[in-house]
Amino acid sequence: MAQTTQIAVLGAGPGGYAAAFYAADLGMQVTLIDEEKNPGGVCLYRGCIPSKALLHVAKVVDEATHASKWGVTYGAPSIDVDKLRAYKQGVVDKLTAGVGSVAKLRKVNFVQGRATLTGPTSLTVKTAAGEEEIQFQHLILAVGSSPTKIPSLSLDSPRMMDSTSALDLPDVPKSLLVIGGGYIGLELGTVYATLGSKVSVVEMTGGLLPGADRDLVQPLEKRLKTLFAAIMVNTKVVKVAEEKNGIRVTFEGDVAEKEQLFDRVLVSIGRRPNSKVPGLEKTRVKVDAKGFIETDPQRRTAEPSIFAIGDVAGEPMLAHKASHEARVAVEAIAGHKAVFEPQAIPAVVFTDPEIAWCGLTETQAKEQNVDVEVAKFPWGALSRAITVDRPDGLTKLVLEKSTGRVLGVGISGSGAGELIAEGVLAIEMGASAEDLKMVIHPHPTLSESVMESAEVFFGQSTHVYKPKKK
Amino acid sequence: MTEFKVPELGENVASGDVAKVLVSVGDTVKKEQPVIELETDKATIEVPSSVSGVVKEIKVKKGDKVSVGAVIFTVDDGGAAGNGAGKAAAPPPPAAAPAEAKPEPKPEPRPEPKAEAKPEPKAEAKVVSMPPRQPVEAPAAPAAATPAAATPAAPAPSNLMPAAASPAVRRLAREIGVDINAVVGSGPAGRISQEDVKEHARRILSSVGSAGAPAAGGLAARASRPMPDFAKWGEVQREAWSNIRRVTSEHLSYSWNTVPHVTQFDKADVTALEELRKKYKDQVVKAGGNLTVTSMLVKILATAIQKFPQFNASIDPDRGEIVYKKYVNIGVAADTDRGLLVPVIKDAGRKNITQISVELQELAAKARDRKLTVEEMSGGSMSLSNLGGIGGTYFTPIINWPEVAILGVSRGATEPVWKDGQFVPRQTLPLSLSYDHRLIDGADAIRFLRWVVEAIEQPFLLSLIG
Repeated sequence: MAQTTQIAVLGAGPGGYAAAFYAADLGMQVTLIDEEKNPGGVCLYRGCIPSKALLHVAKVVDEATHASKWGVTYGAPSIDVDKLRAYKQGVVDKLTAGVGSVAKLRKVNFVQGRATLTGPTSLTVKTAAGEEEIQFQHLILAVGSSPTKIPSLSLDSPRMMDSTSALDLPDVPKSLLVIGGGYIGLELGTVYATLGSKVSVVEMTGGLLPGADRDLVQPLEKRLKTLFAAIMVNTKVVKVAEEKNGIRVTFEGDVAEKEQLFDRVLVSIGRRPNSKVPGLEKTRVKVDAKGFIETDPQRRTAEPSIFAIGDVAGEPMLAHKASHEARVAVEAIAGHKAVFEPQAIPAVVFTDPEIAWCGLTETQAKEQNVDVEVAKFPWGALSRAITVDRPDGLTKLVLEKSTGRVLGVGISGSGAGELIAEGVLAIEMGASAEDLKMVIHPHPTLSESVMESAEVFFGQSTHVYKPKKK
Repeated sequence: MTEFKVPELGENVASGDVAKVLVSVGDTVKKEQPVIELETDKATIEVPSSVSGVVKEIKVKKGDKVSVGAVIFTVDDGGAAGNGAGKAAAPPPPAAAPAEAKPEPKPEPRPEPKAEAKPEPKAEAKVVSMPPRQPVEAPAAPAAATPAAATPAAPAPSNLMPAAASPAVRRLAREIGVDINAVVGSGPAGRISQEDVKEHARRILSSVGSAGAPAAGGLAARASRPMPDFAKWGEVQREAWSNIRRVTSEHLSYSWNTVPHVTQFDKADVTALEELRKKYKDQVVKAGGNLTVTSMLVKILATAIQKFPQFNASIDPDRGEIVYKKYVNIGVAADTDRGLLVPVIKDAGRKNITQISVELQELAAKARDRKLTVEEMSGGSMSLSNLGGIGGTYFTPIINWPEVAILGVSRGATEPVWKDGQFVPRQTLPLSLSYDHRLIDGADAIRFLRWVVEAIEQPFLLSLIG
């Protein structure tokens, strides 16, 4: 006898479990299906969370090293990789178990296993106990994404890593090549470099973090140049081959040494949606050329009973986008007229310094010919940044010229990821520079930079003398 | 390697559903060979190949929605063997053709039924592109009102900034069916408040009310009522609404809601016409047609609308003008297994009845075989709907807007008619003329219908005064 459920959610990442929990909160009967023991998905098991645990450690190591400048010397760190791995694993276990117990409290039926769709309203799950058939009224596909693999970089060797295996922290290699200068490569590269690896980064385009405004990337680039052994831009990896002592990598582009040997190689060139859901062809769900499942603004697919959210439903592939889409889809199922129309989705790169932005970037404003004025406040004039000896930062507002309305916010600096939330709120609320300027910000904090950059727009910043041109 | 793309399909036809793929990988296709069948809004079109070669990869399958310019398949034209013909013969790049298939949100009637959503480009808000805001000078314009649809679309992009409205204000607008980008914000930097949204909705409602045209697309007009749960009373089966059915429904609803219809009935004595028909039937068969009441009525209508030009006209309310047409094209409603189609006999005024009969025969065959093109179903002056073959006495046909009149024909019968002091058996034909009362008054309509009746009763008049 098949189980029946009002809503089945396939994939228990931050999209899937948010959908399941919200649906349960609205009084629906929910079945959540995932291959892992607990909800969590890539984010908790193999992404945001373990990487942030490791980056925290990296930051502590880095600060301890810099403390000698302030008169406190600790000596070289001794790193116990097993213990570090256990700490990271402890964080993951704690969070996933926590989400699992919240699922139980909400009476969400969590099924561990691999699902195959058998039609627009049914699926089967292969569990440890056998096969289970589930009939549903609505299905939310939240099956996520996986690291991109390309044939020329596919080499069956333990020395070759993707983000998942790199987070397993097998060891601290002497030398590590990171292929791809996006946020995943830079975050993991920072971890390994701080732990003692000689890290090189290779990026095909002309700069790190393609897509972000250059003035935001600049403080990071400056710091990474001292942390990393090499940053090779405009360079392509054309061949990887295993040798006795490592991986021989052949480069093409702006690099002098065309062949180099590395202990390990991390391939972080992006992620691909997991749209090859078994049995999907038994439904009318459509997949676009890039592999994303096509949805309408409510996240409903071409099959009316099926919704898709998160990485599998389109860019940007970010956990917080998925969780928001989860709410839209569940509300749509509940009969509300919810649609996905955020004015700003924040992006954060958790390097040191961090880079965060939301809304319109300066680059996009130029490309789209939007008449904007950019107000910048350098952290060199920010008291809080000076007290922690981190003046390498910048807060900037992209403002509509005629009204001063906040269209975009970009922040670079230690703690930028926390600060960006105010920018998102400002954009969503339709706030103007005048509003930001007139909100009292606590002193001395990094958040003052948001208020002061708004003052810069009026040529009245307390700590930066930059009179407005008449 | 040459790609074969969906060519221009006809006026106002940008996409269609693939009904059938007629070739498979490895087949050798020749130019002009039909390769796929596309079901467009009104016609099923057999698309001929403009390339030749061996099919390498087929990029579409049955049920796909494809737009003009989308790649259907690629052929290997044999490299050197390809004398450039493949490329040269490729369809000209259509000006308005999108490079890739446009995803059109399919309106889904679940969980609540709703008015048909206009296919809009999927506007998905991303970090990178903010859906900018529409300039709206007159907030009361009915066009500014988004019909209350179950699947509200995200605001459509234009060149301006997105509306400055908080998530809660956006939600309110969506719930009551207001396009947030059409609302003028009263706050600093144009910020939109909940009150602004309500005020905007009030204005739309009052403008719809005062215009007295609920069909114009106002808020209230298109809200559909919730459906009962039919399964409560017994088993039901749900089927997809076919394209043709859906378009017919929209088209007829629009006409019914827009045009004040009046239907006038009359009866014609077709005894003489029948005799002529029998006499010349074989001659027309030889020419390749069927001499029918319908083909003769096409000729009569074609002549009549030249006599009465307001029957060959359309109303353009936006410009406050009447459009009088100098061409004479008669649409003939055809009953097919997929629904109602109306092929048009072009230039019927200048064609004789034999030519019309032959052409009708061809169009009827095409309609049955789903080969009518959109062109062949456009541009009618007035339409004819003959249900006499099936039965009925009179009916009230709906005008094929933007036309202004339609003649319905029911089943002829032999009746006693009082003639010269006695009842004589005569064959009579019931006629029902629906007309647009905005343009045509009752007296004009009956004059027109009497003219038609007389032309039927005395076919000679066609040549004498037609």
